[in-house]
Amino acid sequence: MSVPFLLEIGTEEIPDWMIPGALSNLRLLFEKLEIPYESVALDATPRRLVLRAEGLPERQPDSEERVVGPAKSAPAQAVAGFARKHGVQPENLVIETTPKGQYYSFVKKIEGRWIKHILAERLPELILQIYFPKTMYWTGKGGPRFIRPIRWIVALLGEDIVPFELAGVRSGAITSGHRRLGAREIGVTIADYERRLGDNYVILSAEQRRQKVAGEMAGVRVKPDPALLETLVYITEFPTAITGNFDTQFLELPEEVLITVMRHHQKYFSVEDAHGKLAPQFVAVMNIDADREGFVCRGNERVLRARFNDARFFWETDQKKKLADRVEDLNAVTFLKDLNERGSYGHKVARMVSMLGGDPLAERAAELSKCDLTTELVKEFTELQGVVGGLYARAQGEPEAVWRAIYDHYKPESMEDSIPRNREGQMVSIADKIDTLRSCFRVGLVPTGSRDPYALRRAAQGVVKILVEGEVKIPVIELLKNNEQLIAFFEDRVRFYFKDVRGFKYDDVNAAMAAGWSDLKDLESRLVRIQRLRPTPDFEPLAASFKRIRNILEQANFNQPIEFNPGLLEPGPEKDLYEEYLRIAGQPIENVISRLRPKVDLFFDKVLVNAPQPEVRQNRLMLLFELRNEFSKVADFSEIVTNS
Amino acid sequence: MPFFQEIILNLKHYWAERGCIIQEPYDVEVGAGTMVAETFLRVLGPQPYRVAYVQPSRRPADGRYGDNPNRLYKHSQLQVILKPSPEDVIEQYLGSLEAIGIDLRHHDIKFEEDNWEAPTLGAWGIGWQVMLDGLEISQFTYFQQCGGIDLDVVPAELTYGLERLTAFLQVKDSVYDIEWAPGFTYGDVRYLDELQYSVYNFEMADIPTLWKLFELHEGEAARLLRAYDPDAPDKMRFPLLPTYDQVLKCSNLFNTLDARGAISVTERQVVMGRVRRLAVAVAAAWIDQQLARSRAEAAQ
Repeated sequence: MSVPFLLEIGTEEIPDWMIPGALSNLRLLFEKLEIPYESVALDATPRRLVLRAEGLPERQPDSEERVVGPAKSAPAQAVAGFARKHGVQPENLVIETTPKGQYYSFVKKIEGRWIKHILAERLPELILQIYFPKTMYWTGKGGPRFIRPIRWIVALLGEDIVPFELAGVRSGAITSGHRRLGAREIGVTIADYERRLGDNYVILSAEQRRQKVAGEMAGVRVKPDPALLETLVYITEFPTAITGNFDTQFLELPEEVLITVMRHHQKYFSVEDAHGKLAPQFVAVMNIDADREGFVCRGNERVLRARFNDARFFWETDQKKKLADRVEDLNAVTFLKDLNERGSYGHKVARMVSMLGGDPLAERAAELSKCDLTTELVKEFTELQGVVGGLYARAQGEPEAVWRAIYDHYKPESMEDSIPRNREGQMVSIADKIDTLRSCFRVGLVPTGSRDPYALRRAAQGVVKILVEGEVKIPVIELLKNNEQLIAFFEDRVRFYFKDVRGFKYDDVNAAMAAGWSDLKDLESRLVRIQRLRPTPDFEPLAASFKRIRNILEQANFNQPIEFNPGLLEPGPEKDLYEEYLRIAGQPIENVISRLRPKVDLFFDKVLVNAPQPEVRQNRLMLLFELRNEFSKVADFSEIVTNS
Repeated sequence: MPFFQEIILNLKHYWAERGCIIQEPYDVEVGAGTMVAETFLRVLGPQPYRVAYVQPSRRPADGRYGDNPNRLYKHSQLQVILKPSPEDVIEQYLGSLEAIGIDLRHHDIKFEEDNWEAPTLGAWGIGWQVMLDGLEISQFTYFQQCGGIDLDVVPAELTYGLERLTAFLQVKDSVYDIEWAPGFTYGDVRYLDELQYSVYNFEMADIPTLWKLFELHEGEAARLLRAYDPDAPDKMRFPLLPTYDQVLKCSNLFNTLDARGAISVTERQVVMGRVRRLAVAVAAAWIDQQLARSRAEAAQ
């Protein structure tokens, strides 16, 4: 008979962003128990991680195991000892013939264990194995670690409690409702668990919470913000959306500032009017069922008013000192203390300017790019660095090319983010990121494994993205100043970008990069060509031949060109191949592949490269060498992984 | 609508009923209630402790001459330490809000991840900021480390921002309009503090004098710490609490110098490190001293 299983780990409020990861980890750990089941479902609220499975057996099946003992030649005493140790009669032992010889053995019957007992034994460890980025202890030094204190555990297999104890908490059949709207102790069965929670103002399903909020916001023109919605879904057990207003006078402040205050500081959705402009409204999501008295709405409105007043105060104060007058102050702001006397933002900016090749607008933008770090507004809303500088530069009459460049120069902040809109912004962004990379590498702050505290991978990928997608034409290698470690680091980032961000096949990327990756736009266009060429019938066979060529050349240690003597060519496939080569050399591979391939095939079919006469052999190697050079300008086709 | 002082009295009463010692504010300048020995030293070691006190907390850089409705040089924290933290600690905390008249079925309470850290004390913990209708009213922390030492017993620290909480309950947009007691606003009581300390901290504090004071207090703390002998039979007599006062003085002078703009960003790290070293050394000596005390008690 099969039974359902329910595990609820009741905790204090878990950080929202860790919950989805914890659930998939929990599923994985459950699968590793190797207990069969028909289906499994995971749910969570901030106060509970829940795993429900259907169709578990009540017991493991019985099984048999052959236990092998002493050799047939062993003294009787040893045989008796073996039998005694395993509780079998010596006469019940049989002789087993194995490749190593003949041995006494018997078949041991293993009774299947109750699943309940297995779970009781394994669950405490399983729960503590759930991965969280940061954990705590709460029962005392050396005690169990979890993301937040565990306060109750529901563990049911069918009708039965799976009994165990963890961190002083005994598993049982009692859950807990919403902190203020529900009962503190609620007896449950597997069948009524979710309904009982619902009665106590806990919506177990994240999807239902999402739907509830989305439905309640449907009447308002909310700026879509899926990430914020996820946060709110996992920070509430019973979410309810309410709409509040703010004074239209605040709309004089830049939208960027208003939205940041609402989104990052208050977790509100912002609202647009019919023309897509910011409306003086917001949507907040509460963790209760209703705001009957309007307390919550008024409270949030007041908090927002205070926040906006602060922002306005900063905005006005900051304007009293122009960005251009703040350049000097950057000498007192640390960029990277390991650089010692060159570690201030003042020095960083000077280095950025020197990278910009005399472009006056880009240089001006770079010079002012970090000045907003000294403004009150950025000190308060650090996530607005760059944006605030751009807004101030605009207000202070800097040309559009300059203020936009400042505004955008932290972009792209992720691979989904767009690159700076204008060329100057792209140049400043590259200069900023390259300086960060060079500076960190110079003092040994190189990312290792998952540790990348200065976000150097993101910086390098940003440079790659701009060089591929933007208007700036600089060979990436030139930026790296022969720093081999940095070149290797970038090579990985270029590969990652084309493979994981752009979705090119890994061997296409390897092949194209092997033909050079200094010019990333050129690399991109070569990749597109390979991608188109790859499904054509001649491609893979030719790639296989190129791999063969590479191996032959490597084995012969042939890596320097020599004088080629056409007179030594044998008539037939060898000569044909050479003449074909002369006709098609210099043409794009796409146009000639169908002519090249049969000649190459025939050559390998009929001609022995390792000819007995050394001069003929060397001449043939040279022919292959030349062939490979000529047709490896788009990609090194020998890097293509073929099925043949 | 409760007065400022009623909210304080109610909260003290609430925590007194739950077994807390009600302490008076400490009389050395501190930036936060955590820095007071009642928290910093008491959370060390295995002995249980429960205490609540209002601590005026001075943050020179936050002063705004009494002009800003939400920012104060000196604000009041209610600090509660529950060591060990009871299982229903969050329920107890929510109960305290109800005790000052907040009906939580009609208000939105959220616990948002916020891990507290005080680098100059070598202290950190795991916890939340507690949001009431979108306003941060408390910090809730399970201490994990203090003075660079893993704690034997995990205490819960609850810190209430009393001005904010009161402004919220009294529906005031400015802290200065809070009604402190019948006939007296917060502004009546505190405005001059805000104005004059802002003038001093930002304009008139003499930087060389403050540095000299810093070095004197630092020197005194270091001298005392050198004199602490863990093998001395009468080490219980050793004045670690006065030593710690010297560290607190350093910390406040550092904050004042910082507000005065006298500490560059690079220097900041260095000076913070100096304060931290002293705080960590006091914590280590304190644990040693307490261990001797509990052994002596056990022997009797």
